[in-house]
Amino acid sequence: MLDAGQAMEPVLELEQLCAGYGETQVLHGLSVQAAPGRVLALLGRNGAGKSTTLKTVMGLLPVRAGQVRFRGAPMPRQPHDIARAGIAYVPETRDIFPSLSVRENLELTARRFRGDWTLERVLTLFPRLGERLDNGGTQLSGGEQQMLAMARALLMNPRLLILDEPTEGLAPIIVQQLHDSLQALKRAGLSMLIVEQNFGFATALADDVAVVGRGQVVWTGSAAAIRADTGVQHQWLGV
Amino acid sequence: MTTDPGFWLLQTLNALQLSMLLFLLSIGLTVIFGLMHFVNLAHGALYAAGAYVAASVSAVAGFWAGLVLAPLAVAVIGVLLYGGLIRRMRRSGPMAQVLVTFGLIFVALDLTRLIWGDIALASAMPPLLEGRLSVLGIDYPLYRLFVIGLGLVVFAALAFVLGRTQIGAMIRAGVDNDAMAACLGINVERLFFIVFCLGCALAGLAGAVAAPLLSVSPDMGLQILIPTLIVIVIGGLGSLQGAIAGSLVYGFVQTFGAVLAPGLASVLIYGLLAAILVIRPTGLFPAKG
Ligand SMILES: Nc1ncnc2c1ncn2[C@@H]1O[C@H](COP(=O)(O)OP(=O)(O)OP(=O)(O)O)[C@@H](O)[C@H]1O
Ligand SMILES: [Mg+2]
Repeated sequence: MLDAGQAMEPVLELEQLCAGYGETQVLHGLSVQAAPGRVLALLGRNGAGKSTTLKTVMGLLPVRAGQVRFRGAPMPRQPHDIARAGIAYVPETRDIFPSLSVRENLELTARRFRGDWTLERVLTLFPRLGERLDNGGTQLSGGEQQMLAMARALLMNPRLLILDEPTEGLAPIIVQQLHDSLQALKRAGLSMLIVEQNFGFATALADDVAVVGRGQVVWTGSAAAIRADTGVQHQWLGV
Repeated sequence: MTTDPGFWLLQTLNALQLSMLLFLLSIGLTVIFGLMHFVNLAHGALYAAGAYVAASVSAVAGFWAGLVLAPLAVAVIGVLLYGGLIRRMRRSGPMAQVLVTFGLIFVALDLTRLIWGDIALASAMPPLLEGRLSVLGIDYPLYRLFVIGLGLVVFAALAFVLGRTQIGAMIRAGVDNDAMAACLGINVERLFFIVFCLGCALAGLAGAVAAPLLSVSPDMGLQILIPTLIVIVIGGLGSLQGAIAGSLVYGFVQTFGAVLAPGLASVLIYGLLAAILVIRPTGLFPAKG
């Protein structure tokens, strides 16, 4: 499986990536590849640089050195061009627009990025949103906001879906629903890059795992391999 | 005098007229600020430019031509300002932006003196609106009613565009969270450019409308700046509701203050501003972002 995935051209390729905030550099030559049609999980301790990696991929932080390639071509620099190239991003904070209704939050992307994912289809994946279409974006519960952020991302009909800590702050039953939804997306062949603190959740979903430590990738392998490797778990994840 | 209903009606109409003028000015400034956290202190200078263009054009081609051309001309000034200055200043902090746009006020002041001279210009009303209309028993200048009507029409149009259309939702999303809006494929910088030019055009429209009411003088932009800033601070930054609410509060307090308590009128509005900031530090209807 892993070999088949790696034989294909990576959907996303980070090469010796350096990035950070102002004076502080956070990523020090981070390299990792995401294979198409697979789920890659980025794991690592708090402050390791996982979210920073995702923000740099989205163009929210400038690339200071190294390269980001998307489907074989250099990544555009501006976030809106990156989005239009086919990347959808669900940040840690979900970032639902408070001035927009649930419907408006969804339709914001639906018209530009037409494709298989339509409003009807995301509402069958997340039925609760259907009952809340005319609510304000921030009148939703945490779980509903996560679903709205994911639905909004899917309506972009992305080639790569990026999720930053999707289970954070959610009740166990909602986490289970989220797992089922993400499995459905995986079966549909969507490439995903996911950052997640919940080790069990991440390794159940992911095919491949890259462990980030101090701004670099310190381990890569399959999800099964890291589940079996308690040494890596102790050293880099503190599990 | 204060028991006469005619007096109250007259002052109410005066207050509305002032409010609508302030609304046309503040809406552009507040949405520009909300969308890009950009402070354009030269907004008042654009209003003065609109008044001058309208006065000059209307002397040659009539009031209506001036009313149409002034917003267009000021929008063109906006395009030049954006391309020449503002785009480059987007990443510099608020202090630099305040200083540069404050400096622009004086550049504009001298430019108007150079082009139009230092004396005040008079601008004629259109013959169609010169008369007075009897409203519930009082005679009120038709032109002032026109100003009120125009402000309400602009408010309704903006409420529709911002509240009910796709581009309106994009603008609100950009005001709430520009980084996330960009991650959804929205070109926020272009959205800002469109909003900026529209805000400039509305400032020009306000100038054109004000020209026949006031004398058109180089410092009219500076005079209107403080009231406009007070309006957007009272109303809350970034929102249409804030701009209209702030304008109404300012218009009514200023107008009724001036006739009921002339000695207090000038401090009244500042007192109110302070009170509102104590009770609601973000203003009456701030954007939610
Ligand atoms: N906006 C910011 N400004 C300055 N430093 C930041 C900022 N955001 C994060 N950092 C720093 O960058 C480092 C990496 O942060 P990052 O958010 O990438 O970590 P993470 O791996 O996502 O951790 P977590 O699991 O806590 O989300 C941390 O030391 C953090 O303090
Ligand atoms: Mg993080």
